[in-house]
Amino acid sequence: MSYVFTVSPDFSPDYLAGWFVFNTWLQRVSGLRFHLELMDHFPALRQAIEADRIDLIYANPHDAATLVREKGFVALVKPGDGADEAVIAVSADSPFQRIEDLEPGSRIATTGDPDVHLVGMILLEPAGLNRENVTLHRCDSYVLVAKCLFRGESDAGIFLARAFDELSRPVQDRLRVLVRSDIQVIHHYLMAGPRLADWVADLRDALIAMGDDAKTAEILKGLGVSRWEAVDEEEVEFMIDLMDTLSYSPA
Amino acid sequence: MLSDMNPADVSGDYREYTLDLFGVGPRRVLVTDEEVPYPDGRLIVSRTDTEGIITHVNRSFVEMSGYTEDELIGAPHSILRHPDMPRAAFADLWRTVQAGEIWQGYVKNLRKDGAYYWVKATVIPNVRRGRIVGYTSVRRKPERRKVEECIALYARMVAEEGR
Repeated sequence: MSYVFTVSPDFSPDYLAGWFVFNTWLQRVSGLRFHLELMDHFPALRQAIEADRIDLIYANPHDAATLVREKGFVALVKPGDGADEAVIAVSADSPFQRIEDLEPGSRIATTGDPDVHLVGMILLEPAGLNRENVTLHRCDSYVLVAKCLFRGESDAGIFLARAFDELSRPVQDRLRVLVRSDIQVIHHYLMAGPRLADWVADLRDALIAMGDDAKTAEILKGLGVSRWEAVDEEEVEFMIDLMDTLSYSPA
Repeated sequence: MLSDMNPADVSGDYREYTLDLFGVGPRRVLVTDEEVPYPDGRLIVSRTDTEGIITHVNRSFVEMSGYTEDELIGAPHSILRHPDMPRAAFADLWRTVQAGEIWQGYVKNLRKDGAYYWVKATVIPNVRRGRIVGYTSVRRKPERRKVEECIALYARMVAEEGR
């Protein structure tokens, strides 16, 4: 039997090859057959999840809720490299010095990365900004968000903090951070679906042991991950509750 | 059990009030006029059991409240209750979350040192296997215009409550 493995489309293209190497390792160590199927965008991923086609997924926090509460997935591990945080940045020569300087009608550059966008919109709230009173420019990558700011096409941009920190120095020098989130509990998770239920413990053990061996640690490096950390069910439920509070908007 | 606030913890001039806290009883609180700005980028997160007893706090909660984590865990969430908050707001909160719904509102919280801070709070019931096992409260930085509206609104509500 072959299982479908996918990665949330918000992963950095720098790690594309790394996920294929990881999949090869995973098959060898588990004795299971995984087909790595990468989706180009979030709607394709959502369709695959809805159709119960996915067995193993490196999931973003937004999709984790659906996977756990509607599809019976369990979290195996999370990356031990800190939480997913967001940054609001402006062009270095922007007149905006703090979030509260932005006004309704602002043009906001963002990506299709759902949890980063959500946290970014929360960071804009103190300025009275919300989805009803801003113009969103959806970009395909964080580099394009930066370009939107350079060209003066947007007033502020929402970045995954890690992606912002990985922008080249010349690009970062042309930007200025207004605020950086410090939420501490929002993570991506590697999650297994119901068809892998009998393998959860073995997979988790193998994944956690990756950091102990130089060769497998090198594979992790190819994903931008230093090590995998164990997670329990309640930790994921807690994060989902927290995401629900952030998504909540009274009618 | 929730002890009265201690004058030694409060800096500057303060006013004294006695609150009648649901499930706790009377508590003497000491209040100053100092507002502590909500820190940018942070979320203040806590969890309680179904009785409102704190079971978890994050680092931001500890820093903003002025209490230690040990003082917070096991205390009723009303340890943050400020006398300027109308009782009706919390009655609405509890009615909403006990019905399994999400509550959202603006809250003026009281710190251990008598100062206060405003938050936009969202409280969600923690449903596990179909049962509410507790509540998670997530606070974020509020828009100042909303805070100003609430200052006026809550003052009217408190006056109507005869306090």
